[in-house]
Amino acid sequence: MNAFTRTLAVLLPVAMLWGCSTTPSTTDTDMAAGDAAMTTTGDGMGDSGMTDMGSGVEVGGIQGNGGFVGDPLQDPDSMLAKRVVYFDFDKSEIKSEAREIIEAHAQYLSANPSVRIVLEGHCDERGTREYNLSLGERRGKAVQQVMSLLGVSNSQIELVSYGEERPAALGHDEAAWAMNRRVEFLY
Amino acid sequence: MNVFAQLFRVLCLCLLLSSTARAGLTIDITQGVDGALPIAVVPFGWQGPAMSPPEDIAEIISGDLRRSGLFAPLSRGDMLSRPQDGTQINYRDWRLLGTSSLVIGRMTAVGDLYKIQFQLFDVNRETQLVGYSFSVPEKELRRIAHQISDIVYETLTGDKGAFNTRMAYITSKVWRTNNVRYYALYVADVDGHNPQLVIRSRQPIMSPSWSPDGRKLAYVSFENRRSMIFVQDVFTAERRKLAGFKGINGAPSWSPDGTRLAMSLSKDGNSELYVMHVASGKLQRLTHHRAIDTEPSWSPDGQNIAFTSDRGGKPQIYQVSSHGGKPKRLTFEGRYNAKPTYSPDGKRIAMVSGQNGSFRIAVLELDSGFVQILTKSRLDESPSFAPNGSMIIYATEYLNRGVLAAVSVDGRVQQRIALDEDGDAREPAWGPFLTINK
Repeated sequence: MNAFTRTLAVLLPVAMLWGCSTTPSTTDTDMAAGDAAMTTTGDGMGDSGMTDMGSGVEVGGIQGNGGFVGDPLQDPDSMLAKRVVYFDFDKSEIKSEAREIIEAHAQYLSANPSVRIVLEGHCDERGTREYNLSLGERRGKAVQQVMSLLGVSNSQIELVSYGEERPAALGHDEAAWAMNRRVEFLY
Repeated sequence: MNVFAQLFRVLCLCLLLSSTARAGLTIDITQGVDGALPIAVVPFGWQGPAMSPPEDIAEIISGDLRRSGLFAPLSRGDMLSRPQDGTQINYRDWRLLGTSSLVIGRMTAVGDLYKIQFQLFDVNRETQLVGYSFSVPEKELRRIAHQISDIVYETLTGDKGAFNTRMAYITSKVWRTNNVRYYALYVADVDGHNPQLVIRSRQPIMSPSWSPDGRKLAYVSFENRRSMIFVQDVFTAERRKLAGFKGINGAPSWSPDGTRLAMSLSKDGNSELYVMHVASGKLQRLTHHRAIDTEPSWSPDGQNIAFTSDRGGKPQIYQVSSHGGKPKRLTFEGRYNAKPTYSPDGKRIAMVSGQNGSFRIAVLELDSGFVQILTKSRLDESPSFAPNGSMIIYATEYLNRGVLAAVSVDGRVQQRIALDEDGDAREPAWGPFLTINK
């Protein structure tokens, strides 16, 4: 339920963006109609859709391989679509599978210095609540540290810890706990 | 317009009201003691306009004494007589029933007040041990019953009773009406009755701590999307933000003299202990370490603060002077010891002890260093001593729910305290002896 709404929340704007950024180089005339401002040739509507490259129109975005166009943050296939990294019990060390995700976000953030991110640290229910509040912060800091090393300004990053107070998965077993020991990336 | 729609709306409203109005608790004794004192609390006599009194005083006293684990009250069906004053007592009958102590009393309506008289007798010596008379309004009847329990308990055991006290606790539940999770801080009598809402929020609330006069609660609220410490008067509901520094503001703990709060703040980089003077807001930093320092608890004499730190690699209990200085490590057994809390006599520390994947309540004897594990489940946390030191209330998990539980300091008596409705209860904080009768 939660995962579904979150997926939807990510996918919806993506779908919309997908539409907007589909440039005149496609054959989709509806899109061209909706984006009249971008199709500056003036004859885009009802046209075959072939862009007259000789008319000086800039073809934006879509590469030959049909990749994603627009804000990479919205690309569902990008590493940036991954917004959670997980930790071991009572640990704040970055696991190898998390490093790639953090690096992708760091790269994006250092390329876009006006973008800010909230790193939200969480823990599983084991152990005491206030200790976990501190542990959640330490996890967020561990992610922040990697990002800083990769050139992200600390002013772009806000740290928040919820300790064990906001579990992603309910339940009292390792499957739930593994989902809850995490840092979430919130843009 | 539509009767059914209207009825549905009314029903919804009722549900909403009932879920907001009550969050009572039911206490079950899960383990009692052999050799508990046999006592009889005879139903009190009643003189008044109504058929029956507004509260069954004897029943409240029996319940209190039974839950302490030290008493085994006789069931009413087994009573051969129901004396209401000393002259009506047939001591031989009570001796035959094995009863060693007898509580009798009567209640009389006098205008808007109720006059309550009670006497405690030693059956074997055929003498009155104590007797009192009170006049109170109806809303004070349960409190008077708890006070009588305290008097009986102290007369027969020599220790002060803690029946006339309150506890604070946190609840977390998803409301069916709007499918939103709400967090709430409640205060209830320690027998689970009379729950009163202190604060409710859609954001987490945690770590309630009583002021020593029982008037105020400090707690952590995420209402501003991060942890901040608030202090609230439980009677007037007046509240103020005490700590909202950058980073974590957590683990408030009131000093025994009520003038200061120890807390954990990460404003200077990572979680460190500080003491804040409540009136001035002035801060004194107690610890300086890269590790986590949190969960401070004051010794009853105000000299020391026990806390959790993982400066040795794993969370363990340390102690530091409340004026600062070099911390001293107190726990060496096990890989996880956290959330210390001093017993009222300052001789012990209750804590959460993690071993083999289970987290249990343990007590550390400060003189000997001896550690006793008191509980048996796997997710026990948040220990809090009764003000007389007899019991420890804590949070645990039972049938997939967060419930409260209590255990005697010797581990022999165990109770489970469940919310009367769905949702989780946690982080119990046993309040001080009540000095103000409000």
